[in-house]
Amino acid sequence: MDRIVAPIIRAVMGIVDVPFALAQRVLGQRRIAWLFLAPNLFFFGVFAFLPIGLNFAYALTGGDQMFLAGRPYVGVDNFSVLLSCRSYFDPNSCEYDLFWRSVWNTLVFVMLQVGFMVAISLLTAIILNRDLVARGFFRAVFFFPVLLSPVVVALIWKWILQRHGVLNAVFVALGIAPVDWLLSANLAFGWSIFISVWAHMGFYTLILLAGLQAIPRDVYEAAQLDRASRFRIFRRITLPLLAPTLLVVLVLSLIKGVQTFDEIFAFTGGGPGSATTFIVQSIYHIGFAGTPRNHGLAAAASLILALVLVVLTTLQFWANKGHRHE
Amino acid sequence: MIRKFSMALAVMLGACALTGAAKAQEVRLMCSFDLETCDVMRSLLKKYEDKHPDVHIIADGVPYAAVMESLPAQLDSGNGPDMAVITDLGSMNRFYLDLTPYVDAKYWQDNFGPYLTWYRNGPADKGIYGLQMILTVTGPIINRTLFDQANVALPGRDATMDDWAAAARKVAAATGALYPMALDRSGHRFAGPAISHGAKIFAESKPILVDEGFSTFARKFVEWNQDGTMARQVWGGKGGNAFQDAIPEFVNGQLVYYFSGSWQTTVFEHQIGSNFDWEVVPPPCGPATCTGMPGGSGLVGFKHTKHPETVASIINFLAQDDNYAEFIDRTRNVPAHAGVAAKGVDYKGSDPQVQKALKVWTEEARSLSPIAYAYQGYKNNRSMFNITVQRITQAIVGELTIDEALARAKSDLDAALKQAK
Repeated sequence: MDRIVAPIIRAVMGIVDVPFALAQRVLGQRRIAWLFLAPNLFFFGVFAFLPIGLNFAYALTGGDQMFLAGRPYVGVDNFSVLLSCRSYFDPNSCEYDLFWRSVWNTLVFVMLQVGFMVAISLLTAIILNRDLVARGFFRAVFFFPVLLSPVVVALIWKWILQRHGVLNAVFVALGIAPVDWLLSANLAFGWSIFISVWAHMGFYTLILLAGLQAIPRDVYEAAQLDRASRFRIFRRITLPLLAPTLLVVLVLSLIKGVQTFDEIFAFTGGGPGSATTFIVQSIYHIGFAGTPRNHGLAAAASLILALVLVVLTTLQFWANKGHRHE
Repeated sequence: MIRKFSMALAVMLGACALTGAAKAQEVRLMCSFDLETCDVMRSLLKKYEDKHPDVHIIADGVPYAAVMESLPAQLDSGNGPDMAVITDLGSMNRFYLDLTPYVDAKYWQDNFGPYLTWYRNGPADKGIYGLQMILTVTGPIINRTLFDQANVALPGRDATMDDWAAAARKVAAATGALYPMALDRSGHRFAGPAISHGAKIFAESKPILVDEGFSTFARKFVEWNQDGTMARQVWGGKGGNAFQDAIPEFVNGQLVYYFSGSWQTTVFEHQIGSNFDWEVVPPPCGPATCTGMPGGSGLVGFKHTKHPETVASIINFLAQDDNYAEFIDRTRNVPAHAGVAAKGVDYKGSDPQVQKALKVWTEEARSLSPIAYAYQGYKNNRSMFNITVQRITQAIVGELTIDEALARAKSDLDAALKQAK
């Protein structure tokens, strides 16, 4: 087989080699790398860098036109509108109060959701790491919601929680008065956190499970020989050795939490009022769902969001770096 | 041999040219399948295709939200269908194809005169841009069976909204219905009662939205949502400016008085059937007047189309008496076409309840307030509707006081008008 294939490959490579050898002679050994990077750079440029540049351009222009040629330059006016607040702690004192409501909602949501997400994922991973009956089945069960589309997740829970939904039907059957789960701001917010954790915890559980399985068994055996309690083993062995993985999970869930949009938008529509409106929905609303569509303000808001994500991503890089050093 | 080959080549080229010509006459229409107009339009458009074999019309049925949110973005970017059935009539004017060169302007003026302005950019604009496919009127529908069961008399023609609220509360209490009243989550639906309460909407031809009359109704409406007179989930359960109706509550017999509009007639005909009696009643009065809002959906062509003449010809075809009457008859709507309205529509096959309802809606359309017509015809009205929904909801759920909400509505309007310039 080699006798047939090898000469063909050699012939092809010989043909390919001609232009590249020529290119290398012209460009030099160091600069030839750019030739190989060019296709990727082109696609990155068109689909990543160009939109980023356009976003800056939109953020600095006003009007309701889509094409930049029809949009007047307004400088940093869009940022001024977004950042104009007497007190950033009180959205009502801000010129664009709805954006700041979404910022505060996102902040509270991320703190609670990430906290619950990491804690529950860790607990689940620890349980799934033990020698359970049907362990594979349970691992699949916890991972299953991750495979669902966010809209499907939202619709499932909407059917359960709406006034005439499944949960209230159970309540009525038990003689309990039905509850308007999605009419109270606090309840709707709480359910949004719950659903988000339910939908994504499988992914983080999987990462933590991998981290747990990477801890050498002999360390545990040594601790058991020393008659260390389960809690002590967890605190002194599991947690420190899992810390780098936990940090990655924390940062990843933080980034994902800040970007929350689709499932909550489909679940509550951002309501009641603006109780479950988060930053990305706010940007979507400003740029596309509101009237008139304010692309400039939406672009400015998305740049502010990008800044937050850059900080969080830097944190992730730092966490990964720390992990590697260890 | 060469001759045969040349002939075969000529035949092939001719076939290709014909195929090309057929492709050149492909026209796309976007319409909302939620409004049930799409299916009826398809069958009428088939008639057009039969008369014009070189034209192929593709009617894409999409969700209503796609027409409201995606279509403007598509048009902004220079894309989109050749025609669309829209409900946001004025604000997309800059994309519309002017039909004037292709149609009999006098026929259009005589039959659709009052509605042509709804598509224009302002008083100076005299173009013909859209066919008012459906004229709608907002107003109340009641569950007559619940009133009869509760033995509560219907308030009379001049009854105020407070009278109706009192009656609906009595009916709900007597029958165990969950919700006395509901009003669609829409600034358009809110506008009728607000105008009845004295809202002027404009001052010196400039939009103001919030004034004493508007505030009076807004306060009342927020209070009714908080005390359970209004079904709170309709407005208070949603975020942003998303639309929400109360069809499930009404169809399931849980709602006594539903302020919605004439387009629900066909919905109720199919979904309620003979389960209970429902009835259209006159719009509730306020201190100023008793009015609903006109509205509806229209068919427009877009400037970017490669086939302006064909697009105009299709729209003009649907505007002709016979086709228009058939469309209105089958979709159970109020006609905007003066000639068709004067002749009357049979609404063949509909039950007497539906016929009675459509008769009331048609009569109501003639007695709406001029402010309501002006508001519907204002090109930036969608911004005002959305502001109403957003801010009044915030007051209902307690994020803002009603005074804060009204102040925000004013500043939002200023910002929106500045942005729309």
